[in-house]
Amino acid sequence: MSQAEKRFGAYGGQYVPETTMNALMEIEAGFKEAMQDEEFLAEYRQLLKDYSGRPTPITYAKRLSESLGGAKIYLKREDLNHTGAHKINNTLGQALLARKLGKKKLIAETGAGQHGVATATTAALLGMECTVYMGEEDVRRQQLNVFRMELLGAKVIPVHTGTRTLKDATNEALRQWVAQIEDTFYCIGSVVGPYPYPQMVKQFQRIISDEARQQILEMEGRLPDDVIACVGGGSNAIGMFAAFLDDSQVRLHGVEAAGRGLETDEHAASLSKGTPGVLHGSYSYFLQNEHGQIQPAHSISAGLDYPGVGPEHAFLKDQKRVDYSAVTDEEAIAAVKALCTLEGILPALESAHAIAQAMKLAKERSQEDILLICLSGRGDKDVETIREVISSEGTA
Amino acid sequence: MNDYPLRFDENKQTRLIPFIMSGDPSLDVTIELIKMMEREGVTAIELGVPFSDPQADGPVIQDAGGYALANGVSLSDVLTVGKKVRQQGCKVPLILFSYFNPLLQYGLDILAKDAREAGFSGFIVPDLPFDESESFRNTAKNVGLPVIQLVAPTSEQRIEQIVNGAEGFVYCVSSAGTTGMRTHFSEQITDFLANVKQKSQIPIAVGFGISTPEHVNFFSQHADGVIVGSALVKQIAKRREQLLEPKHNKEAMEEIATFVRSLLRKA
Repeated sequence: MSQAEKRFGAYGGQYVPETTMNALMEIEAGFKEAMQDEEFLAEYRQLLKDYSGRPTPITYAKRLSESLGGAKIYLKREDLNHTGAHKINNTLGQALLARKLGKKKLIAETGAGQHGVATATTAALLGMECTVYMGEEDVRRQQLNVFRMELLGAKVIPVHTGTRTLKDATNEALRQWVAQIEDTFYCIGSVVGPYPYPQMVKQFQRIISDEARQQILEMEGRLPDDVIACVGGGSNAIGMFAAFLDDSQVRLHGVEAAGRGLETDEHAASLSKGTPGVLHGSYSYFLQNEHGQIQPAHSISAGLDYPGVGPEHAFLKDQKRVDYSAVTDEEAIAAVKALCTLEGILPALESAHAIAQAMKLAKERSQEDILLICLSGRGDKDVETIREVISSEGTA
Repeated sequence: MNDYPLRFDENKQTRLIPFIMSGDPSLDVTIELIKMMEREGVTAIELGVPFSDPQADGPVIQDAGGYALANGVSLSDVLTVGKKVRQQGCKVPLILFSYFNPLLQYGLDILAKDAREAGFSGFIVPDLPFDESESFRNTAKNVGLPVIQLVAPTSEQRIEQIVNGAEGFVYCVSSAGTTGMRTHFSEQITDFLANVKQKSQIPIAVGFGISTPEHVNFFSQHADGVIVGSALVKQIAKRREQLLEPKHNKEAMEEIATFVRSLLRKA
């Protein structure tokens, strides 16, 4: 196999212990075969339709658009998927592949818990065993999702090492995978990790933009001017960008978490403030110090609280195909309030970052312009966090 | 070009390659440990560079690395340890053991040169598999240092390719999983080692989970060298306070020496 196939430009690759290489080769071969296998693809599409409820609609956010006085804003409603986020597009694909490869057990890492819930859900559907690794800090922040995973029959293992968040959960999942590699499939939740994961997760998430591109053409008769998605590891964004990458007139925007501000050390903006390095199997952008030690990330949104980003985003940044910006915790909360009160939609805190950036852009655009946002998940899981912030604002 | 080449002395019945984490509990103690292990007659020493995300390591080495990082230990400090022990007349081969990212951020070209000047004998990079290592292998080769390759029981058809490109010695991973002590090993391990041995032109060493004199004795019959990491790192971690206190340092160092001696079957 050529080394180029494993990379996006300079980024990506397979920086993993030798003990993992054989499993990656097995997954690569299985994935390539599955993509040519009509039966596999038909079952995948069937589950997306009958189980997850696809296609998800696009919604014209009329009152939000009018309140800003600029462009027309459309939302791609990934929040309407079964389990409440885009994550299930990927877990259905990977779990079917795991089954095809004869694996009986799924393991996964999770930050906000959305990928963990999606994996647990899929494992229950297909009758597989499921173990989810989750940082102790995230277990505390996302108790509702921990309970959901357990209710779905999964085992949730809190990870006490390092920063006790998604980064460390990923380390632990990788370690545990190596120990049981014969019968276990590691279902990675984002476009991160060693080849072929970033390529594979992209393939399973591109349904978002395959649908959205068609839908906006049907509703507006033309392509959008701007497409906006939030970026943690970057799976909903890659899924949202994939079908538009060749439409050079469509501006693409990835929105990272600026946490308490890009000028502080408390953010999760790997592309805006990080540097190239190697973690979790690929060469990409990471928050790190001059000695190559990975630094803790911060975001109010657990799903964006990751000090790295998928290698294709690093490539798209260098190519200047996608414009990457960052939105603070405060701006994200304001976007949650706006979408709730103007549209009756409670977005996930992750997705609120995309909304916040779109609200800035919309004001600069004319009323003929069309913005399309990926609303990657619903915000029910974040209600407690949002309530804490808003009630502390009230007393300040 | 390499001043301290790796050598597997055929007259020794046990060729032990211990791993220690630099800076646990301090860089000065690391220097003392290297000198002690040289006196005990180890074949080479793997000197660990701490990393924030040690993906291949079990709890014991994770803890040692975390301790060293909290002490602010960096790759430059580990290179300085090499330089200092060479100045003090140490000849034992030292292998720089580091995850790839700290090396990458230091700069691979300058690292190879600095490691060679600091008297290192080679590199082990646990997250740089053969397929990704060509460029770094060439960089290191230019200064005369080998990048030691790992093979695992799961490597299967990859074994031949890896062994053909290997330098220094071939590091055989005993079993699936991370570093850390194990109570037993699969019965197929001897077949795996025999397979690698038969394909390899250079010595082979085995590591991961080897923790007792009995293990070392057993594996010495199937490999040219035996690597012990977590079991030794644990002996050191247990005595952090004593090692750091001048009053108790000598006693603690002697206890660790006794453990090393037991692995070498000289107790």
